[in-house]
Amino acid sequence: MDNLVMATPEQSVTERAEGPAEPSANSEPALKLTFEVKNLSVWYGEKRAIDDVTFNIASNAVTAIIGPSGCGKSTFLRALNRMHELVPKTRMEGTVLLHGEDLYSKTVDPAIVRRRVGMVFQKSNPFPTMTIGENVIVGLRLNGVRNQKFLNERLEKSLRMSALWDEVKDDLHKPGTSLSGGQQQRLCIARALAVEPEVILMDEPCSALDPIATAKIEELISELKAQYTIVTVTHNMQQAGRISDYTAFLYLGRLIEFGQTTTIFTNPSDRQTEDYITGRFG
Amino acid sequence: MRKSSGRADNHDWRKIKNALASTGTFVSAVLVIAPLGLVFFHLLVNGASSVNWDFFTHLPKPVGEAGGGMANAIVGSLELLAIAGVIGIPVGVLGGVYLAEYGSARINSIVRFLADVLNGIPSITWGVVVYGLVVLRFKSFSAYAGGLALGLIMIPLILRTTEEVVLLVPNGYREAALALGVSRWKTIVHIVMKTASKGIITGILLALARVGGETAPLLFTAFGNRFWNHSLSQPIAALPLQIFTYAISPYDDWHRQAWAGALVLVTGVFCVNVLVRILTRGRAASVV
Repeated sequence: MDNLVMATPEQSVTERAEGPAEPSANSEPALKLTFEVKNLSVWYGEKRAIDDVTFNIASNAVTAIIGPSGCGKSTFLRALNRMHELVPKTRMEGTVLLHGEDLYSKTVDPAIVRRRVGMVFQKSNPFPTMTIGENVIVGLRLNGVRNQKFLNERLEKSLRMSALWDEVKDDLHKPGTSLSGGQQQRLCIARALAVEPEVILMDEPCSALDPIATAKIEELISELKAQYTIVTVTHNMQQAGRISDYTAFLYLGRLIEFGQTTTIFTNPSDRQTEDYITGRFG
Repeated sequence: MRKSSGRADNHDWRKIKNALASTGTFVSAVLVIAPLGLVFFHLLVNGASSVNWDFFTHLPKPVGEAGGGMANAIVGSLELLAIAGVIGIPVGVLGGVYLAEYGSARINSIVRFLADVLNGIPSITWGVVVYGLVVLRFKSFSAYAGGLALGLIMIPLILRTTEEVVLLVPNGYREAALALGVSRWKTIVHIVMKTASKGIITGILLALARVGGETAPLLFTAFGNRFWNHSLSQPIAALPLQIFTYAISPYDDWHRQAWAGALVLVTGVFCVNVLVRILTRGRAASVV
């Protein structure tokens, strides 16, 4: 709980930079949990988008959420950092624990949740009024970090982690929107990484990209999982198979099947999962 | 034979209708531009000879004495616009942001409707209202009263344009900022308003240009002044007021000055509009 209600943003950001909350990469991944989702239901007005979903998300692994359009994939993802609350008249039941702390406890500020659980969107959205460099550190800036040396270090580190540094290091003053689609998406990943979240949620991060740019992002996701827990929504079965360690199949708001990706893809226990994966519907 | 000639007639008739329609729209288009050309032509012919250095630097001369200028009215108009801006810009911009970002659909539609009604109120009404509220109470015409009347006219104008351009900012930018753990108001100020800033500034400039030419609301608020204004709680000269006074006077020299004043005023408004054009040219590139 202490982490979630931390008073000053700068403090929380810098403390985590020194690493006490960093999940260690060499512990057994299957046992260490980042999220524990219990009986989660989400309503938009009268419409029930998520219906009694329960499963755990492992640390330092990639978990893919798959399912046909409108099955609640994005809603589920957004419930993990309370982004779904931006839509008026939403309601949720159940619990979501992040490292054992209840994200929906009354004392928790959604802004702090989102600082710990970052997000990358389907459509790359670098801020059009800002340069490449400003885009990366905007999260820190607006959360009150003023130390220029710290900002510069974080700028380079984030761009290196998102495999963009070599391409843009001489163009940091150019507008973020001057980059190509794939570069913009990696810039958005760098922007999310700069606030040092513990988890990165990705909502179909490659669906607007060409195959080469997609391959780069997928490679990046595989590298990032050493340090971060990644939950990604994807429409692309092959992609889910390539990049994820665990797969959850949602259909009509319900969790149909969850397990290791290899099992889900080669030996699904549910008929609906098998039909969806083999392309018989969806 | 008859049939084919009938088809030819039909074809000719259609051609004629087509020509008539395109001529009609062309003439209408010319009629739209013609008044602007006429106004400029008239102002140049009658006013250009009186626009000189003295016009911008001298006070009006007493009746019968030739020369003099409208320096006090030009400065007075700028002072009135400054007061109007201090009142109208913050209220209009913040109100527009509220409509676009907060508020319930029901309340917003009421506010929007009222703003549109306010936009349609004849400007002299504002003069009467401010006369009753301010001038009578403080027993004096004043720059404050004139500025207030103009500021009140600006509020609904700026409110509506601000709301429109803020709504144009794609939701993805709000989400991106909020997902970084940035608070709502910081997202609105640093991301949304910054993205929409060109549009907001355009709305402000257009509102200033509009009220800069208003005469009616100043008649019994700012009242006019033939000398420099030394206190904002005293009557103040304004370019449109001076033009009005001079135009209805019986003196030829004053008529020439009125033409010159009108030319300066129209040129000023024109320049603001050109500035807006330049500002909005990059609009597509920076989204709003």
